[in-house]
Amino acid sequence: MKAHRQKKLTIILFVAAGLTVSVGLILFAMSQNINLFYTPTQVAEGEVTIGQQIRIGGMVKEGSVVSANDSLQVRFETTDFIHAVPIEYEGILPDLFREGQGIVAEGTVDAAGVFHASRVLAKHDENYMSQEVKAALDAAGVNTETHPSLVAPES
Amino acid sequence: MIPELGQFSLILAFCLSILLGTLPIIGAARSNMVWMNLARPLATGIFVFLGISIGILAYTFVTDDFSVQIVAAQSNSLLPMHYKLTALWGGHEGSFLLWTFMLSGWMLAVSVFSKTMPIEFVARVLGVLGLLCVSYILFMLATSNPFMRIVPLPPGDGSDLNTALQDFGFIVHPPTLYMGYVGFSVVFAFAIAALLSGRLDAAWARWSRPWANISWAILTIGIALGSWWAYYELGWGGWWAWDPVENPPLITWLLGTALIHSLAVTEKRGVFKSWTVLLAILAFSGSLLGTFITRSGLLTSVHAFASDPTRGVFILAILVIAVGGALLLYAIRAPQMKSEFGFGLVSREIFLLANNVLLVVSAASIFLGTMFPMIYQALTDDLISIGPPYFNAIFGPLMILLILVLGVGPMSRWKRTSTSYLVQQLAKVAAASIAIGVVLPLLVLFEISFAAIICVVLASWIVLSMAKDLRNKIANKETVSKGLRTLSLSYYGMQIAHIGVAVMLIGVGLTSYFSTERSVLLAPGATVTLGSYAFRFDGSEATQGPNYIADQATFSVSKDGNSLGELYPERRIYLATGTPSTEMAIDAGFLRDLFITLGEEKEDGAWTMTVYVKPFVRWIWLGAIFMAIGGTLAATDKRYRRLRQRKSARDITAKEKIEPDSLQPAASP
Repeated sequence: MKAHRQKKLTIILFVAAGLTVSVGLILFAMSQNINLFYTPTQVAEGEVTIGQQIRIGGMVKEGSVVSANDSLQVRFETTDFIHAVPIEYEGILPDLFREGQGIVAEGTVDAAGVFHASRVLAKHDENYMSQEVKAALDAAGVNTETHPSLVAPES
Repeated sequence: MIPELGQFSLILAFCLSILLGTLPIIGAARSNMVWMNLARPLATGIFVFLGISIGILAYTFVTDDFSVQIVAAQSNSLLPMHYKLTALWGGHEGSFLLWTFMLSGWMLAVSVFSKTMPIEFVARVLGVLGLLCVSYILFMLATSNPFMRIVPLPPGDGSDLNTALQDFGFIVHPPTLYMGYVGFSVVFAFAIAALLSGRLDAAWARWSRPWANISWAILTIGIALGSWWAYYELGWGGWWAWDPVENPPLITWLLGTALIHSLAVTEKRGVFKSWTVLLAILAFSGSLLGTFITRSGLLTSVHAFASDPTRGVFILAILVIAVGGALLLYAIRAPQMKSEFGFGLVSREIFLLANNVLLVVSAASIFLGTMFPMIYQALTDDLISIGPPYFNAIFGPLMILLILVLGVGPMSRWKRTSTSYLVQQLAKVAAASIAIGVVLPLLVLFEISFAAIICVVLASWIVLSMAKDLRNKIANKETVSKGLRTLSLSYYGMQIAHIGVAVMLIGVGLTSYFSTERSVLLAPGATVTLGSYAFRFDGSEATQGPNYIADQATFSVSKDGNSLGELYPERRIYLATGTPSTEMAIDAGFLRDLFITLGEEKEDGAWTMTVYVKPFVRWIWLGAIFMAIGGTLAATDKRYRRLRQRKSARDITAKEKIEPDSLQPAASP
């Protein structure tokens, strides 16, 4: 083999080995960091392993928000209009969090079926429904176009 | 009537771009001078008509013409004038018109600053850009007409600009980002023109380099502005969230960074030719991908525009045709490109190759992390998300490797460098970096932190190896100032951009590991402490802005008992929509930021709030400014201006052969 070919081969092998290692690492890192999404019904029916990091999406149930007066504790329920899951969160909720709005929360479910959120997300645009919330409602058979609590009153 | 004139002007621009997309390219293939010479006037015409179009749209916003759909959707009569004007790009239609107008601006720039390039080449470049223009304007006319009216009953007032957008960041971030993004279309067009002509020589790389550098510099600023804006506006104390819409600009930026380095090798040494072309195509695909993700409604994010599936399909079609066509052309032409393989295993070429591989792998991993949830959903119908830990786990180590290479690359020589020379040059630098990295954090923080050591070692490694290289370069000159004057602008550009990497690294590393925050409930008069900082809550009062009412809180901030002044975070309610919004208060500093966000009011005037201390966070954006300055300096190097005096490409190719590269010691990537 000619010298320059050998050199070329060395470089190609080196790059290929590097790429293989990095693809392996990428896939490993990815498999460690996938958060599965669940609907309130799935959580209420116990499909989620206790302690597993998941995302849950639904509407904040009307009249369910209770916030402590002497701490940052908040408790509310998220619903797909079939089942409601209680969520506990300690911290400051996003600006657009309110009853009747769609939210997505990240966290874990405990043995009592309470969801402990580490993060709560609400959309920046009020007219925009998160894809995940919509999926949850679709799964529950709620028509997001016509459901009375989803259609904003004309102003 | 006036909005219709805007649409009419848009249609005229469309007709002109059809001409630009066809005649000059055909002319170039048939050596028809008349057709080729049409390219410049057509490009100017498109710029003028798109300018009229966007000007008219701006006029409808300023004059509150709520019969135009997007004005009614994105503006409001109470909105301050500067937001009325910028509300233009607050939604999908207007921002896409801005995007297209930017493209025509770049086209005009190409037609003005291409006097020295052969006319066939200019005709092809402008022709390719004209084709892009055709698809963009067609997209607007077919699916997202910005001049659409509301008939028969226009509303009395608009429903207001999204409150999160009513901010200075919104005025500067989208235009800058678009400008950088669209700039990569120009580099793409250069690559396609070269493929069409079948002549991929050093001249092509030399013509592309200033454009690539400038686009890259603008994109750097655009991304940094977005990060800075998210930091102070969104109120969660972060500066980067690995949001699916933040990622495509970063992917484009990483590919663009690889491209400007690879272009350097192609220009200087005539190797990596086909790789460079591929990178130009990929960087452009990154920018289209960003458009696709934002506008198709496929992903949920703070950036997503209200979705419409037909738009997504349309952009996907543009993406597939443009990128697919380019790759097909590449596949046909690439085998004809022959690169001389004249370099050793330890050479500047190899270090730049390593740079390219690392950058492309990081871009690919971010791409995977961004797209995987979508692909997964399409295949299984299950929704998943991939969190920031994935991106951090991948990106961190790759950047560490990249920075190690960064220290060695500029020091090494083209073709062949002896390993012992590099070791001899860099051993002391490495030792000094490690010493600084261990001692400095210890002196400042009084504790041993692995993360801080890594960051400071790497930053010192960049700075010291740069200093060493600079010293080598001027060592045999009579005086220091004389030596400094002999170095080229592109060398200084490289140095400054690389220093920017060091500055940003310090910012990213130290902010990530040493930021502190506390969420508390405070009654008026109570104090919360964070490290050596104390924040005293002095109560809140109602206040009013032009289009909102607010509760404004007053905080007295002190450090070790010395007062640092007062901060006034607000919680606003925008009147048009009743949307609440928090306005944090920031005490910005060179070494640390302090900031406070308000939550909600509880009993007896008490508020929930979060206070943050963010060391070195400004350095992140400072680093970006350094990089952008570096990129701009490199683009204005006098060898590109000298080039303008040359008559034809043939001269340059000939010159390339007789002028050995060793005559240019200050060659820079």
